[in-house]
Amino acid sequence: MPEAPAPLLALAGVHTRIGAYHILHGVDLEVPEGGLTMLLGRNGAGKTTCLRTIMGLWRASEGTVRFRAEGGGTRELATLDTAAIAQAGIAYVPENMGIFGDLTVRENLLLAARGARRVDDMDTARLEWIFGFFPALRKFWLYPAGKLSGGQKQMLAIARAIVEPRRLLLVDEPTKGLAPAIVSNLADAFGELKAARTTVLLVEQNVAFATRLGDTVAVMDDGRIVHRGTMAALRDDEALQRRLLGLSMAAGH
Amino acid sequence: MTERTAVPGAPPAPSPAPTPSPAPPAASGAPDALPATRLDWKPLALLAAIALLALPAIGSPSTWLTLTVAGLAMGMIVFITASGLTLVFGLMDVLNFGHGVFIAAGAFLATTVLAPLAPWTQADSLASNLAAIFVAMLVAMAACAAIGLAFERVLVRPVYGQHLKQILITMGGMIVGEELIKAIWGPQQIPLPLPQALRGSILVGDAAIERYRLLAVAIGLVVFVALAWTLSRTKIGLLIRAGVQDREMVESLGYRIRRLFVGVFVAGSGLAGLGGVLWGLYQQSVIPQIGAQVNVLLFIVIIIGGLGSTLGCFVGAMLVGLMANYTGFLAPKVALFSNILLMVAILLWRPQGVYPVSNR
Repeated sequence: MPEAPAPLLALAGVHTRIGAYHILHGVDLEVPEGGLTMLLGRNGAGKTTCLRTIMGLWRASEGTVRFRAEGGGTRELATLDTAAIAQAGIAYVPENMGIFGDLTVRENLLLAARGARRVDDMDTARLEWIFGFFPALRKFWLYPAGKLSGGQKQMLAIARAIVEPRRLLLVDEPTKGLAPAIVSNLADAFGELKAARTTVLLVEQNVAFATRLGDTVAVMDDGRIVHRGTMAALRDDEALQRRLLGLSMAAGH
Repeated sequence: MTERTAVPGAPPAPSPAPTPSPAPPAASGAPDALPATRLDWKPLALLAAIALLALPAIGSPSTWLTLTVAGLAMGMIVFITASGLTLVFGLMDVLNFGHGVFIAAGAFLATTVLAPLAPWTQADSLASNLAAIFVAMLVAMAACAAIGLAFERVLVRPVYGQHLKQILITMGGMIVGEELIKAIWGPQQIPLPLPQALRGSILVGDAAIERYRLLAVAIGLVVFVALAWTLSRTKIGLLIRAGVQDREMVESLGYRIRRLFVGVFVAGSGLAGLGGVLWGLYQQSVIPQIGAQVNVLLFIVIIIGGLGSTLGCFVGAMLVGLMANYTGFLAPKVALFSNILLMVAILLWRPQGVYPVSNR
């Protein structure tokens, strides 16, 4: 289904240790360009660690993280620091959203726009595009981000990741703790991103959300990828779902 | 100012740079729909309340005015020296117990710079007096910034994230610095007389206000406004404020926080040097132990303010300055521990300091 010849991001044999704990036991993961890849799995399977390792927030002790660079050719991310990984074109929305609560919405977005020194320098058309699916951000433009609701914070966190075009978005559990109406709003927003051919790697627990949006899927268990394929195939195979996730996706509806 | 600074109105200050699209997107939106950021006014009200309560206690309005200006001047000087310390802690969790050494170095450098400038300082002309002080400040700031760069590189960098070692090594750095000052300038007290035109007082009604204190307040205000502007209106300032809250996220947005931190450390050291010059002139003498003496005061101020908060640091410094002067007049014995008393009272009210930094 993905037309891209080589994956945008490819992890091979990645091991990550945090202190005395060995969390990732050789992760092999590919993220095709231009689609939305879902990373599913139980709590504690290593999904967040996987994203943090890609971002360089935790170091892989073994293995490679190859990222296809803008002009072609690949870059090894495992040796770069977090800032350099971000500059290579990867945006990250952590599970806690990482909002700068004492800064306004405007200031949060200005910081995310690395190319802009002032608000005037920001890409107005792109901002309008973002406001199109996150209208609350326009409304709360001068408001301290810490005072936004949980859903609005999540919108701001995602807006920050896309305020400039990035080659890959890593998003960790965006629906966590949000009301169903907000989740549906977020799903629409990710639909917009897909329409714009943005490549996304999304960690998710909400199966309904995952099946609605995912193109490809990878399932983690115990620090390894235990299944890779298309979302459509997993959606249609209830036995596989039950084996991998211990639940049926139909139950989510 | 770092935290809840109101940034009124959507459009930023007009800039000379060519801006083809003048209106930012939100200007057409609904900034009117909501109040912008609201300042937490209670700590500022506390400051005013303390000043007003002191008036009936002291009795004489002229004495009160004298003490208040003295308190504000002391507070300004303390703020200048402490502002760097609070940002250094907020940004990298670095407890720099060696900050006082920059104050001492600044004060001693002032004695060295002002000595050959005696013709300027003794001339009965405000302009040449100010020029002399200005030169001393610039030299002290530049030298302390350079020392700060070396201090960060040699002492602080190897112990990132290790608080106990930070305390030990930065305290060690301060002891070494103090001994170096003794080796260079000698262990004795060195007089640092005020320039001619800044001595004495001016009378406002019946209140005698020392001229130098007015100058200190003015310089403190300039530093405060410059810091406030940098932190709220420039991208570097935004990065510093963001880094104080969540440094991992700042890195994830593609900025190198180490470089930012070194910049803040160097600037903070330079400001401590400036504060040292002002402090030495305030005391009109300097001793090598000045750094260690002020150090405790600085930590009290940044704890009162909420570690990492610049506005909190400002309010904390003013509180300490006013309290020291009021209690010094009303109950000299209480003045010996008024700072600790103040800190305890503030922390009972707001355990994280008057302006806690969120997300930490």
